[in-house]
Amino acid sequence: MKILVPVKRVIDYNVKPRVKMDGTGVDLTNVKMSMNPFDEIAVEEAIRLKEKGIATEIVAVSIGEQKAQETLRTALAMGADRAILVVSETEVEPLGVAKILQKIVEEEAPGLVILGKQAIDDDSNQTGQMLAALTGRPQGTFASAVVVEGDSVKVTREVDGGLETVSLKTPAIVTTDLRLNEPRYASLPNIMKAKSKPLAQKTPADYGVDVTPRLKTVKVSEPPKRSAGIKVADVDELVAKLKAMGVAA
Amino acid sequence: MTSLVWVEHDTGAIKDATLSAVTAAAALGEVHVLVAGSGVGDVAAAAAQIAGVTKALSADDAAFDHVLPENVAPLIAGLMANYDAFVAPATANGKNIAPRVAALLDVMQISEILSVESADTFTRPTYAGNAIATVQSSDAKKVITVRGTAFEKAAREGGSGTVEAASGAGDAGLSSFVGAEISKSERPELTSAKIIVSGGRALQNSENFHSVIEPLADKLGAAVGASRAAVDAGYVPNDYQVGQTGKIVAPEVYIAIGISGAIQHLAGMKDSKTIIAINKDEDAPIFQVADIGLVGDLFKIVPELTGKL
Ligand SMILES: Cc1cc2nc3c(=O)[nH]c(=O)nc-3n(C[C@H](O)[C@H](O)[C@H](O)COP(=O)(O)OP(=O)(O)OC[C@H]3O[C@@H](n4cnc5c(N)ncnc54)[C@H](O)[C@@H]3O)c2cc1C
Ligand SMILES: Nc1ncnc2c1ncn2[C@@H]1O[C@H](COP(=O)(O)O)[C@@H](O)[C@H]1O
Repeated sequence: MKILVPVKRVIDYNVKPRVKMDGTGVDLTNVKMSMNPFDEIAVEEAIRLKEKGIATEIVAVSIGEQKAQETLRTALAMGADRAILVVSETEVEPLGVAKILQKIVEEEAPGLVILGKQAIDDDSNQTGQMLAALTGRPQGTFASAVVVEGDSVKVTREVDGGLETVSLKTPAIVTTDLRLNEPRYASLPNIMKAKSKPLAQKTPADYGVDVTPRLKTVKVSEPPKRSAGIKVADVDELVAKLKAMGVAA
Repeated sequence: MTSLVWVEHDTGAIKDATLSAVTAAAALGEVHVLVAGSGVGDVAAAAAQIAGVTKALSADDAAFDHVLPENVAPLIAGLMANYDAFVAPATANGKNIAPRVAALLDVMQISEILSVESADTFTRPTYAGNAIATVQSSDAKKVITVRGTAFEKAAREGGSGTVEAASGAGDAGLSSFVGAEISKSERPELTSAKIIVSGGRALQNSENFHSVIEPLADKLGAAVGASRAAVDAGYVPNDYQVGQTGKIVAPEVYIAIGISGAIQHLAGMKDSKTIIAINKDEDAPIFQVADIGLVGDLFKIVPELTGKL
């Protein structure tokens, strides 16, 4: 089966985001950008399914600026076979992304779509669930294990109380959680090889999708700042503080 | 304006997260709630008693057990013909079903709101809580998830809502529940605990985590949390993870032990009232947010602290 993996270019997780002075957003000039970490896990899972002989082809998709090509090249270097970039120089919301992905799913007919559970910039945690609704397919979100069995897939999910397993008819939509796998690094030869793998360019209009945002960002501000408090010298002093706070008797 | 609030329950108790969602919905207008699953009559009756609730819909059908989104989302989308907003707590279930409802309604969801500014404007955290966005929705209907720590809990008693039966299409035949491994603990639940003791990678292994962190938690009647590193390394189960992509907590007291304070961890606990950090590295970023810090070896400090309490 074919696997589709949507990957988003986001601020690198090691960078501390800074809100712009004018309150219009987060300052991304000269900031390191990377593939959303959950999407690396998604690419890795697809590669493992291919290595097991379950997946036949892996298609990576990104919706975003031209620079998202770099993110797709990373996916190709990890082991994806080809890539599709849907170019939009303005930010596309999860609903718009899901609508574009729906069209790509109709064209490509993948057996699984594996997305990240959450993009670490917008923290929306929506796109996979929305794609599942639009395509009328079942969803296995926050996956920590994915087992394909014939025409169904068993997904173990990280939920509030622990773990839960569901069985989904394929084709299905899966979103990754942190414990699904540990993504590999692309080797130098694979990075070189990725340069010649196919990368198609499209636009939202090619898919007939209107990506006009439904949410207007009125302003972006910094959260209330916490300042460092005091340091105590030893356990006795800490115990005294806890007692003063009424936490300990 | 009338909202439909998703009731998170385990066929018996209504979860606290629901009560925060009711408060958020009440800021928008009238509040109805939806209880789904088999044998949920009593839960629906209890939900109708929540302060501010005027009606509880009871969708008594085994197809809605285990909150399978393939079955539950069409039920909600159908009911939404009569509502202006769907409001769910930002729990694992809420996050699973709400976007599916939103897409069925062709609405862009507003995730994990922190406040209701007006009928169409909300604040929400982005970038691991480092940027708070004020967003205005142009959709006719709103689909919203609510961050529990940002809203007071509505009182469980005081409402006098009616109970009405609701039904949906039932089983979509796309998915089934196989099983669950739910952590059992006598300790308070993380997201509603007053005190949390959290351990990080520094604990080194599961045995240390249990023998060092748990006795302190028990002394304080606290819940136990962990950093991602501690969960990834298998010291504790996944549901202990506090952070951007784990649980969001805001207890009276949060004690971070052997946790460095990465932004992804801070995102989950920096709204705690008092933060206490124990770390051997005096430059650890956790000290930048801690009200009380103690620099030193946790393996010496924590047992001594437990002993002296
Ligand atoms: C997509 C993504 C999502 C993430 N989501 C989360 C999340 O939700 N929650 C989360 O926590 N993290 C999350 N992380 C991980 C995060 O970036 C950090 O890697 C993680 O929080 C580090 O855990 P830690 O503080 O336990 O470990 P470390 O950073 O290794 O810190 C260990 C600390 O222990 C101290 N120490 C060591 N030995 C001792 C001793 N004997 N006594 C006292 N102190 C000692 C050290 O000085 C150090 O400060 C996420 C990362 C990514 C990429
Ligand atoms: N612009 C995008 N391009 C490709 N994939 C995306 C994009 N936005 C979101 N996704 C996918 O959807 C997941 C969840 O994103 P979100 O709903 O924004 O939190 C991400 O981890 C990606 O797999």
